[in-house]
Parts: sequence; structure tokens; C-alpha cells
Amino acid sequence: MFHVKEYVRAKSLKDAYDLNQKRSNILLGGMMWLKMGRNYKVTAIDLSDLGLNQIEEDEKEFRIGCMCSLRQLELHKGLNDCFGGVFKECTRYIVGTQFRNGATVGGSVFGRYGFSDILTCMMMLDTYVELYQGGIVPLTEFAAMPYNRDILVRVIIRKDGRRAAYTSQRQSKTDFPLIACGVAVKDGIWQVSVGARPERAALVTIPVTQESPAVQAKAAVEQFTFHSNLRGSAEYRRYLAEVYVRRLMEQLKEEA
Amino acid sequence: MEIQFTLNGKMVSAEVAADTRLLDMLREKGCYSVKCGCETSNCGLCTVWMDGVPVLSCSVLAVRAEEHEITTLEGLQEEARELGAYLAAEGADQCGFCSPGLIMNVLAMERELENPTQEEVEEYLAGNLCRCTGYMAQKRAIEKYLKRTKEAQA
Repeated sequence: MFHVKEYVRAKSLKDAYDLNQKRSNILLGGMMWLKMGRNYKVTAIDLSDLGLNQIEEDEKEFRIGCMCSLRQLELHKGLNDCFGGVFKECTRYIVGTQFRNGATVGGSVFGRYGFSDILTCMMMLDTYVELYQGGIVPLTEFAAMPYNRDILVRVIIRKDGRRAAYTSQRQSKTDFPLIACGVAVKDGIWQVSVGARPERAALVTIPVTQESPAVQAKAAVEQFTFHSNLRGSAEYRRYLAEVYVRRLMEQLKEEA
Repeated sequence: MEIQFTLNGKMVSAEVAADTRLLDMLREKGCYSVKCGCETSNCGLCTVWMDGVPVLSCSVLAVRAEEHEITTLEGLQEEARELGAYLAAEGADQCGFCSPGLIMNVLAMERELENPTQEEVEEYLAGNLCRCTGYMAQKRAIEKYLKRTKEAQA
């Protein structure tokens, strides 16, 4: 269980950042994952009072505050209309409604978990994270960075006109994904993200060719590494990824 | 630290440690419908509403309830009794341990979704686990419960 001596509602991002520089302190998201471990911390830092629980939209981009819940992503009409409903698809099987009302976007993305549907889905889009100290960083770059004591303030997703589709497979409903796949297309380029391999989601880009989706899916999936765990072997994951990436490519071709 | 919040319509205060879970504080306040079933944020038994939104009280710090409105089954007794009668009529209760969390989430769903399909109902309630029934009796009961609202409005 998670234990902490003090609790602070930060009055500003600067206060939160300063407090977060001590390794004995911890920044709170939705606490879904945090509470599972054996953590003994001095101060829990809460960003709840900083107005970061909003999804803002203008003609160029979406700005998703780190304290937005996964349920907000799931239900946001603008996000889902813009990207073919992928945000509903990537969240709907995560545990249950109550869990998704608590789990935060910031916690999910900052954690860069190897099972993350959210990271996989966002990676196929033109996505950036806004870090308090580190500034705006492409998500693909952020996903490969080591953990540090910075604060993920917002996720920014540009409306660049790409079309997207997403799917995942689970051993049982509400479990972690066994494999998670996202495909987006724009200007003759496939953006293929695969997560739950099981390691941090990664992105591969390949040109759209006249070859069949099966051939193109194979070419994309060959570039990922896969590993085994209790949910499935690396070989099985590779096989599933090829099937799902092909299906998503076919879906996007049909919708064009 | 001392916090103030609204519990089932009444303003209350509580003395809590920084890491006290909302679940434990609510039980100390006498809300024994709120129980911990799994410790892994998966079973839905500890469901309460925070500002009308269903959340897992096992995963919320009590201090985060400050100045918010918390609703438990104890605050919804009339509605809970009505839904409970539908569950009982279908034999959907065996041990009954999971019922408080399920009822809280069905009542939240009823407020949030308009005319939900069976698929939407199942998806909304996917985070409420039951280890006795196999869910079929629960599904029948909830379908009939939701229909009664429509029939009454017709």
C-alpha cells in the first residue's frame, strides 16, 4: 500500500515542481497504479487545484490537461470526431467506468507503461507533451526518455488531418491488453504504433504503397521487438500485431 | 488534518491522515455499504459518487474529498431498495457482497446514459465484478429495472 506523511495541494506548477525535486516526494495522478506498490513517501503533491482537468480545443489542436480523466478522453466528442473514435476505442476496455473516472491522462502518459492503451493510441497521432521544465517534446521522443522529476502539464494533439484507427486484444474483458495497435494515415505515410509488446509503445512509419495491406502490415510489424510474459509469447504477439495492423490498414483504406 | 465535505447531503468534517483512503474514512463515518473487495482497483465494490460521478473509493485519498460531495448507498436508500428488489426477484444476489457497488454504478449509469443499449449497459458495468452469479441474473434484473423507468414515463 501507498503511505505518505503529508499532502499538499499545489498552488502553482512552480510549487509542485519545486516539491517534486525531492525523491522522497511524489506527484499524484489518479493513484490507480501508485496505490498498488509499496511506497513510503514524505509528501504527496496534488495538482487538482490548477485547472488542468480540461480538454481545450481550437482549430489547430487539442490541449489535454494532465488531470483529465480517461473517461473524459473516452467521451470527448471533438477528439473522437476528429480521429475516428480512437479515444473511445482505446479507453473503453480499461477496467471499468469508475476506474476511468479516476485514472488521469497525465499519470497514464508520464508512466509510459508497457501495457498502455493511451500511449499507443496517442503515438500514432501528431502528439506532444508539455513538460514544466522540458518544454514541448514530441511524444515519440518522450516515450523513449528515462524518468525524471519534471511535470507533464498537458498533452497536445495537433489536428493535422490524419485518419486513425485503433484496436486491442485482451485475454478477458477489463484485463491489460495482450497487444495494442494503432494505425494512422496521412500524405501517403502509414503511422503504425504497437504497444503491450509488452514494453513502451513505439512508432514505425512506412510509405503507403500499391502492395496489399498484408504485405505492408508485415513490413511495419517486422520493425518492432516483441517479448513474452504470462499473457502471451513474443511470437504470438508478433502474429497478432500483423493481423491487427493489416485490419486497421484495410479499415482506413475502406473509409477513404 | 481536518477536512470538510458533504456526505449524503450533510456537511461533515473528519480528521484524516494524509494517506487515509476515502473508503476507510467513509466506513469510519458509518457507511458500511462501502467495502474493499479486491485491493487492485478492479472489482467496483467500493464505488461511491464524488460530485455525482462514480469512483473507486479504495483509490481516492480521503483528503481529495475536501469540499466535494460524496454519496454512498446510505444516501440513496429508496432507489437502492427499488433496484435491490429487481435483483432479488431475478435471484441475482447470492452472497450479496458485490451488490452495494453494483447498485451505486447502476444508479449512476441511469443518470448518465439515456436509453442505453444492452452493450452500453454491459460496458458501463464491466468494472463491477461478481463471483457468484455469472452475471445473467444481474443483466435480466437491470434490464427490467431500466424498462420500468421507460414504462412509467410512457
